[in-house]
Amino acid sequence: MITAIDLGLIYAIMALGVYLTFRILDFPDLTVDGSFTTGGAIAAISIVNGLDPWTATVLACLGGLIAGTITGLLHTKGNIDGLLAGILTMIGLYSINLRIMGSANVSLLRADTFFSGLREQKLLGTWVGPAILAVVAVVVLALIIWFLHTDLGLAMRGTGDSPEMIRSFGVSTDAQKILGLALSNGLVAIAGSMIAQYQGFADVGMGIGMIVAGLASVIIGQALIGRLTILRAASAVVLGSVLYRLVIQIALSAGLNPNDMKLISAVLVVLALVLPQWKVFHKVPAAFRRRPGVTDTAPSEAAEPDFEQPDFASKEER
Amino acid sequence: MLRLEKISKTFFPGTVNERRALVDVDLHLEPRDFATVIGSNGAGKSTLLNVVSGSIRSDAGKVTIDGSDVTGLTDFQRAAYIGRVFQNPSAGTAPHMTIEENLAMALERGKRRMLHLGVTKAKRERFRAELTVLEQGLENRLHDWVGLLSGGQRQSLSLLMATFSQPQILLLDEHTAALDPQRAALVTRLTKELVEEHHLTTLMVTHNMKQALQLGNRLIMMHAGRIVLDVRDEQKAGMETGDLMAEFQKIKDAELSDATLLQ
Repeated sequence: MITAIDLGLIYAIMALGVYLTFRILDFPDLTVDGSFTTGGAIAAISIVNGLDPWTATVLACLGGLIAGTITGLLHTKGNIDGLLAGILTMIGLYSINLRIMGSANVSLLRADTFFSGLREQKLLGTWVGPAILAVVAVVVLALIIWFLHTDLGLAMRGTGDSPEMIRSFGVSTDAQKILGLALSNGLVAIAGSMIAQYQGFADVGMGIGMIVAGLASVIIGQALIGRLTILRAASAVVLGSVLYRLVIQIALSAGLNPNDMKLISAVLVVLALVLPQWKVFHKVPAAFRRRPGVTDTAPSEAAEPDFEQPDFASKEER
Repeated sequence: MLRLEKISKTFFPGTVNERRALVDVDLHLEPRDFATVIGSNGAGKSTLLNVVSGSIRSDAGKVTIDGSDVTGLTDFQRAAYIGRVFQNPSAGTAPHMTIEENLAMALERGKRRMLHLGVTKAKRERFRAELTVLEQGLENRLHDWVGLLSGGQRQSLSLLMATFSQPQILLLDEHTAALDPQRAALVTRLTKELVEEHHLTTLMVTHNMKQALQLGNRLIMMHAGRIVLDVRDEQKAGMETGDLMAEFQKIKDAELSDATLLQ
């Protein structure tokens, strides 16, 4: 139970990264599966080679930033479809991660990590862990909320929400997408490095299914407390991440084995996506619930922009 | 202020769908000119506007704004000079952001965006003052999502966002076409007021001949990628929709006689 909360709070950093791309930029970024491992791998190998955990985590974050930038460049400058760009980077990263680690896994037993102090004093597994990690998660959350209210953050939100408009105000949507992808994967890599330190090893498969876990956190959290404001939407992601780990914990203790985990994740995401469409749940204010994954801004046709969009505004007029 | 020289644009060149949208178009707008552009579908009106804004790059020709050559600049690089209002009310505003956030994005037109808070107290006061011009009570709804506004309100907001951040040129692409007549009239009136207030040079595409005559000091008619009529001031003021229809008819007749000649 406590371990689940620990994990939920660490994965919340990853989920906030997914939130940046999936919700803010409206870009389903599959790089995450690769960059999470990259974060873990860089941190593990740095720590094994005697660097302190802080430096290791910063290096991991840099690795994530680069991974995100590559996906961004592939998508914007290479005109590769967003999903495919992410998949390509993810696959490429698999080999790079193996190169970084030198083998399929790196053990951090007895190495000096963020959590070795807690472990020595037998505090890991008590409520001290969640307390400290909650502070970390809230700091990251606060930084993201602040960022999304700055001029730069507004431009990034505008890029996801109304690209034609934001271009007409002098913002390069390409640059914003690259920046958003870099930041997102930087966060994901930080989470990867912390998970490696928490569990005491980095493994080349540790990132598999991360994007689904991230999406699950975003969708579950926002289905519960909504996403009317950035404050609510981003906080929902952190809560969603913790809930997600708790649900998995419950599923495991109910007798499912760890090999079923990915299936559980997938089913959870499907439920979180499908249930809100059912009439029973329509009491929830639906004004801003875009169907997830579906862009509601049609691509701009240069010559004749006469497309009609489903517009939720017209109803309110009378 | 705005000068187009020998602008040509062909879509899908070398295919069966080849379409010459603009053919050697020359156009010069004086500072504070307000030109309305009319023409049938496919005449090249929207393409003309998009070439000015930079969304479409012309095949040949030169675009100059206030003396500087912007031909090689993309749409977002030209945004410092150009404000735009789109036909679709949803294209000109961000629905999932608040009114004040939308205005804050517009206020940073063409500037380098940094990590300063987008909406501050001082800016909020300014937004409130600017919004009162629209006379739709939006000044009391700064925190409302733009997606909750009606099409007319969104288009008014979009118009304000395009004008109040000091561009030099305003491009309007059938910006009242998606509105009901009452709202269209309101937005048309606001257009006139805001253009005068901010001393803008304006290029407006419209399908509505009455609107084309009512607004601006200059009227341009396009056909098959060329400017076929360009009247201004007194000459324009003396025109009525009937005259425009006659002009349209003239073009059509000319086309017919061309076709008969070929037989």
